[in-house]
Amino acid sequence: MPLIRTTGPVEDPWTTLKDEDPLPADGAIIVTLARWQANRDALLARPGPLGIFLKSDQPPSLIAADIERFDVIALNFPKFTNGRAYSSARLLRERYGYRGELRAVGNVLRDQLQFMLRCGFDSFEVSATADVATWLKAFRDFSLAYQPATDARTPVTALRQRPASARRIDHDEEDAPPARRSDDDAAVEASVVCAGYWAY
Amino acid sequence: MATGPQVITANRLRDGRVVFLAEGERWVEAVGQSQVANDEAATTALSAIADRAVAAREVVAPYLIEVTRDGDRLTPRRYREVLRAIGPSTHPEFGRPNTVTATGQE
Amino acid sequence: MYRYDNYDQTLVDERVAQFRGQVARRVAGDLTEDEFKPLRLMNGLYLQLHAYMLRVAIPYGTLSSKQLRKLAHIARRYDKGYGHFTTRQNIQFNWINLEETPDILAELATVEMHAIQTSGNCIRNVTADHFAGVAADEIEDPRIYSEIIRQWSTFHPEFSFLPRKFKIAVTGSPHDRAAVKVHDIGLRMHRNEAGEAGFEVLVGGGQGRTPVIAKTIRPFLPKRHLLSYLEAILRIYNQLGRRDNLYKSRIKILVDSVGVDRFTQLVEEEWQQIRDGYLELPAAEIERIRGYFAPPPYRAFDDKPADFEAQLRRDFRFGRWVRTNVTPHKRPGYAIVTLSLKPVGGIPGDATDAQMDAVADLADRYSFGEIRVTHEQNLVLTDVAKSDLYALWQRLVELELATPNIGLAGDIIACPGLDYCALANARSIPVAQRISRQLGDLTRLLDIGELKIKISGCINACGHHHVGHIGILGVDKKGEEFYQVTLGGSADENASLGDIVGPAFSADNVVGAVETIIDTYLTVRQGGERFLDTYRRIGLAPFKEKLYAAH
Repeated sequence: MPLIRTTGPVEDPWTTLKDEDPLPADGAIIVTLARWQANRDALLARPGPLGIFLKSDQPPSLIAADIERFDVIALNFPKFTNGRAYSSARLLRERYGYRGELRAVGNVLRDQLQFMLRCGFDSFEVSATADVATWLKAFRDFSLAYQPATDARTPVTALRQRPASARRIDHDEEDAPPARRSDDDAAVEASVVCAGYWAY
Repeated sequence: MATGPQVITANRLRDGRVVFLAEGERWVEAVGQSQVANDEAATTALSAIADRAVAAREVVAPYLIEVTRDGDRLTPRRYREVLRAIGPSTHPEFGRPNTVTATGQE
Repeated sequence: MYRYDNYDQTLVDERVAQFRGQVARRVAGDLTEDEFKPLRLMNGLYLQLHAYMLRVAIPYGTLSSKQLRKLAHIARRYDKGYGHFTTRQNIQFNWINLEETPDILAELATVEMHAIQTSGNCIRNVTADHFAGVAADEIEDPRIYSEIIRQWSTFHPEFSFLPRKFKIAVTGSPHDRAAVKVHDIGLRMHRNEAGEAGFEVLVGGGQGRTPVIAKTIRPFLPKRHLLSYLEAILRIYNQLGRRDNLYKSRIKILVDSVGVDRFTQLVEEEWQQIRDGYLELPAAEIERIRGYFAPPPYRAFDDKPADFEAQLRRDFRFGRWVRTNVTPHKRPGYAIVTLSLKPVGGIPGDATDAQMDAVADLADRYSFGEIRVTHEQNLVLTDVAKSDLYALWQRLVELELATPNIGLAGDIIACPGLDYCALANARSIPVAQRISRQLGDLTRLLDIGELKIKISGCINACGHHHVGHIGILGVDKKGEEFYQVTLGGSADENASLGDIVGPAFSADNVVGAVETIIDTYLTVRQGGERFLDTYRRIGLAPFKEKLYAAH
């Protein structure tokens, strides 16, 4: 399955192991929670980075204590309508301080990419038939967000605190300039996770 | 398994209007013009046509409904399907010219 | 009322563009119906019995006259000249075309309207007291908080794929006109001992297949914690709500299955982690939003203007209408006017494009350009000078919006039912029409007094039948339309769910059953008892006996 980030398609160096697959001597592997819990020592003893795959009903609290061990956490969307992983992602980032790669896998659809990004995912396993070029645009479906989330986007509530950036709309005004996005967002996105809601 | 004559109904994708599968793989708004299936082979054939129409983005959610035949009039057995065929009982002016008798109407 | 700034406008405009792209992809085949359906639902677009149905959001039931005119235009241009006001203060159009929907949304965006999250498994329109801002018993205008919640919940990235739909209601008054106890989250504003205003937080109310009265999980929540607390509740629900069974996926099921104490503990534990953080609501922001809901420029009036009193004496029909459709205002010389969308024998909650345009004009002329929508499917002009009431009434009579039946048995609430809805088992509107005609005598209606009849065409209870004084639920019995009757429901601060009276009635018999119920009440009522009071005093048995005596 193709892997993408906001910048475009990327190579995937990770191998996702089924529980019955033998452990390779080295290389980057992603294992299930069950395997992690059963083979913790053996997995930690291996050279090569380790990743873990969580099903939608496996809360992140189960791996909170070991968050430093993983370079990638893959959260599953068994069906795109199952939104549990959005909460799991936010908790991994904001509650447990996870800084590694957070990957959305499973039934990942184009119209959810921006939601996922905002919840802290940074890589996305998409359908083999996805037209990646158009899917990438979906990360920018909305130039603004009302509420803070895991991404560093300044929410509208904070943007409004800035002088002269918020204007009432007067639809009777024929020559009213078009609504514009704040210029500061690009700078903000590089910085701290969770910008303040009200006062940046 | 339903016995008796059946037809296929669906909603047109683009405007949501109720349609019925007629001869020649056409979709029509008048239930009386539906192609009737009298046995399993026929319903299977009609269903295949309907599936193709879904894939071609012509209709959504096709399904079989039972009808009773009275001469050249076709009447859906279930009242829900009668309403779909002729329009809401509350607004007869939005009804459709067709060859259905309305059963159970006030 | 709230007015968009460039940020609000950008978001609705970008939403329209997004949806236009989604429709194009659907028509081109890049999206299957299964993939497209949640996307169109999140823009309020259903595929119903006859066509697509579009549910347009009317946030907390507040409309400007300009917006109402746009709705009239939509009805005219894209539909069959009418719209239907719903039990969640929204409006529905029944004859919509998929390919035109992006254009409809674009038109709505020009008047600061949208259909965002009016369906789908996400947070829906936040509803509020339709008398917000003008009710004498109001502590604070609940629309302030409804607007704050609206923004927080719009395109919330974590909560757009919940187990199921999520409905929030807010009341700013002790007398609950917003039905908070039958919502997934209900917020009831009140004061603590220190005189500070805050919210009682209730969770897990709802109707449908398993009706439940909401439980209080926090008796007093300071205002500044509103959003963080809601976020905690939604996060618990998003994680733990069932996803395996459509009928067991609402939050009410979760609260019931883990128990309210454990549920409260889960919420409080999560909340402790996120409170006092970036979701804390500063007083300045509350005041900023409050500014949008400032009172209109009232004039100083005598509370008993001479003309008004004289007209009351002279014209008994006017007097009758004032008695039923006009409610006292907190400001002297003003009145709250409810426009009845329940003409005798009419379709409850429907309005024609001509009526909508006319009401917009009347709002401009008599009520500072604002209209409210109630969850009982009527419209309200909240700030009418008493000296204008007679002229307004005369115009409303011409428009057939002055039936003097508000809160009476003729003020029937009915979902669209099998005539329109793909989910329904039976028709509801014709039953409402027949009951309305049967009880058409306005004098008799007044004698019967307050009686809320609510009719749903299926178990999803969009007609709110569980909280009707008389509730009627349409069912399908072997292909025939039958109607199950419940008694004693109520949606206010003393909320209760109706009791099933017995076996369902046929379509032919249900109106007679309602008559029997009313006659039973009239025979035994004491003092000034309303129907609900009598029912609560005597219980089901006397009604059951009379109804099934023949069998």
